[in-house]
Amino acid sequence: MAEPILSVRRLCTWFHQDEGIVRAVDGASFDLEPGHTLGIVGESGCGKSVTARSILRIVERPGRVESGEILLRRPDGSVVDLVKLDGQGREMREVRGGEIGYVFQEPMSSLSSFHTIGNQLIEAIRLHSDMSKKAARDRAVELLTLVGIPRPAQRVDSYSFELSGGLRQRVMIALALAAEPRILIADEPTTALDVTTQAQILDLLRKLQAEQGLAVILITHDMGVIAEMADDVVVMYLGRDVEQGPVETIFHDPAHPYTRSLLQSIPSVLAEPRSRLRTIEGSIPHPYARPAGCPFHPRCADAIAGRCDRSLPEPTHLGARHAVSCFLYGGSGVPALPAGLLERAE
Amino acid sequence: MITYITRRLVLALVTCWAISVISFIIIQLPPGDFVNSYIANLSASGSMVSAAEADAMREQYGLNRPIWVQYGKWMGRVLQGDFGMSMEWGRPVLEVIGDRLWLTIVISIAAIILTWGIALPIGIYSAVRQYSIADYIFTLIGFIGLAVPNFLLALIIMYLGFKYFGANIGGLFSPEYDLAPWSWDKVWDLMSHLPLPAFILALAGTAQLIRIMRANLLDELRRPYVTTARARGLQEWRVIMKYPVRAALNPFASTIGYLLPFVVSGSIVVSLVLSLPTVGPLLLRALVAQDMFLAGAIVLLLGVLTVIGTFLSDLMLMWIDPRIRAGMHG
Ligand SMILES: Nc1ncnc2c1ncn2[C@@H]1O[C@H](COP(=O)(O)OP(=O)(O)OP(=O)(O)O)[C@@H](O)[C@H]1O
Ligand SMILES: [Mg+2]
Repeated sequence: MAEPILSVRRLCTWFHQDEGIVRAVDGASFDLEPGHTLGIVGESGCGKSVTARSILRIVERPGRVESGEILLRRPDGSVVDLVKLDGQGREMREVRGGEIGYVFQEPMSSLSSFHTIGNQLIEAIRLHSDMSKKAARDRAVELLTLVGIPRPAQRVDSYSFELSGGLRQRVMIALALAAEPRILIADEPTTALDVTTQAQILDLLRKLQAEQGLAVILITHDMGVIAEMADDVVVMYLGRDVEQGPVETIFHDPAHPYTRSLLQSIPSVLAEPRSRLRTIEGSIPHPYARPAGCPFHPRCADAIAGRCDRSLPEPTHLGARHAVSCFLYGGSGVPALPAGLLERAE
Repeated sequence: MITYITRRLVLALVTCWAISVISFIIIQLPPGDFVNSYIANLSASGSMVSAAEADAMREQYGLNRPIWVQYGKWMGRVLQGDFGMSMEWGRPVLEVIGDRLWLTIVISIAAIILTWGIALPIGIYSAVRQYSIADYIFTLIGFIGLAVPNFLLALIIMYLGFKYFGANIGGLFSPEYDLAPWSWDKVWDLMSHLPLPAFILALAGTAQLIRIMRANLLDELRRPYVTTARARGLQEWRVIMKYPVRAALNPFASTIGYLLPFVVSGSIVVSLVLSLPTVGPLLLRALVAQDMFLAGAIVLLLGVLTVIGTFLSDLMLMWIDPRIRAGMHG
């Protein structure tokens, strides 16, 4: 097993608001291996985007990375903890775009409508290299060709609002790859697109990954996309990783009750027509009112009274690369303080 | 592009026409016709006008014809640059207005530039550092600026200037240049007198524009393209200046259109207080003295200039907004 290119360790990113603290990410850990695609999956609001932004250190105020480590391994073998870098500093800015590219959830509004796409591409290219304007422009056209945009030499001078959603998302991918990063984070790159375009974009990502040897973090709430794209999977719930493992294990041998209910909620072609889709009981708790103990216990059919509502399960290894945080599999727990006490302790 | 400009141009012309009708109505407002008041005026100063002369005048101005013919004749003369006689001054209206119109324009433009120059950086700062102490202070000052009438501010500043510097800061020229013909020295003199009245005129508008700029920018700062720019590794200040500020400037640019009449009408009272040679005080006097040709001409000229200003700001908006430009190709 290769050394992970990126390791996130017990990451906590909180939003300090007047009404209280929103613990968007609260102890998430996972590894990204070189050349692999890591799928992060979870319901809306479970902190997937905030995790991605934390890695790039672009969490907007009042959010802040509170604790944890984000270890980036460089080709020369050195390891840097991104949490320790100055978020505005030069070194962190060189990581952003230069070593880690980011494709966003919303292709429609992720480009400036006052600048041509060429302008934004050339900016991204020249930020991380000392190419001349002319060379950068040629490279921009090359990038547009790479992501499959027709007539790239003309399109380089167009504005984002002149392009369709699918083309914009291709431009976003070109932008993310402008400085030849080794890691690409794609945050729900296809959610806003129609099914056909979605498939094309996923194909493109797969092709680029194979060609450039990229390590990809693919964020989605679509188990179908995960099945198609990912090598490894992290299942997140309320800011924590609850289960992770190779994609086959997660699909064929899911351990965590939350993972199982996620899988049951995928519509299946083989199911009875018009049969009801299984939904997960209950709804995601309000961000200010996190349940004590295991965050999933109020919605969990298998919750152990007196245990799951008292302490927080630590990850237990079920296989070399398969880990789950659930008391059903034994394992230790940290006693959970009532939320109020925790706040006061800080 | 052409259709957009044409549409704006037609709109501008219609507005100008509406302004001319209003100006004409203003001229017609006092009881009796213009010849009556002219005769009354002359007889007050001792000279007599015969009935035949009066009739000839009525014929010349078409006063015994239907009202729309009168309007047509008046417009015809106005288009040739003849705005009629000012009764109070006994001279052609244009001569009375003289330099005042240009000085009004100069001072208004200076006020607008100053408004922008102050409001823009403060608005940007307040948005980027929302809820910081400086943001609260600027907000407070801004509200004071909105609440204090600018003539009061003019009085206060004049008082302070007189008390502490012994300087009379009214007027736009030093006494020695007041009546002198135009020269570079006189222009320079004007420049050095301009900042203070421009500042006073700018203040209320500034407070408003700070609010607009701050709100625009706060909206834009939340948009995904800002995060994308950050994710590229761009420095924070470059992210802000290149993307959200650029986007927030767009609606801001259209504020010129409404700032212009705001500044011009605001300047009337301030001009009185600071004794500035603009058209404001002249308009006031003309209205008090029922010198209707003068009043009508000033209203007409200011109105038309405002329309031109708005039209220019529309063109500028078109020039800076690629979405409008692109929409016009297709
Ligand atoms: N700017 C912010 N201020 C306050 N809370 C925030 C902010 N951004 C995110 N959050 C909170 O962080 C939590 C996680 O948000 P996040 O955007 O990471 O969810 P997600 O998993 O990406 O969901 P989705 O699938 O809808 O994109 C949410 O509860 C949200 O309320
Ligand atoms: Mg998200």
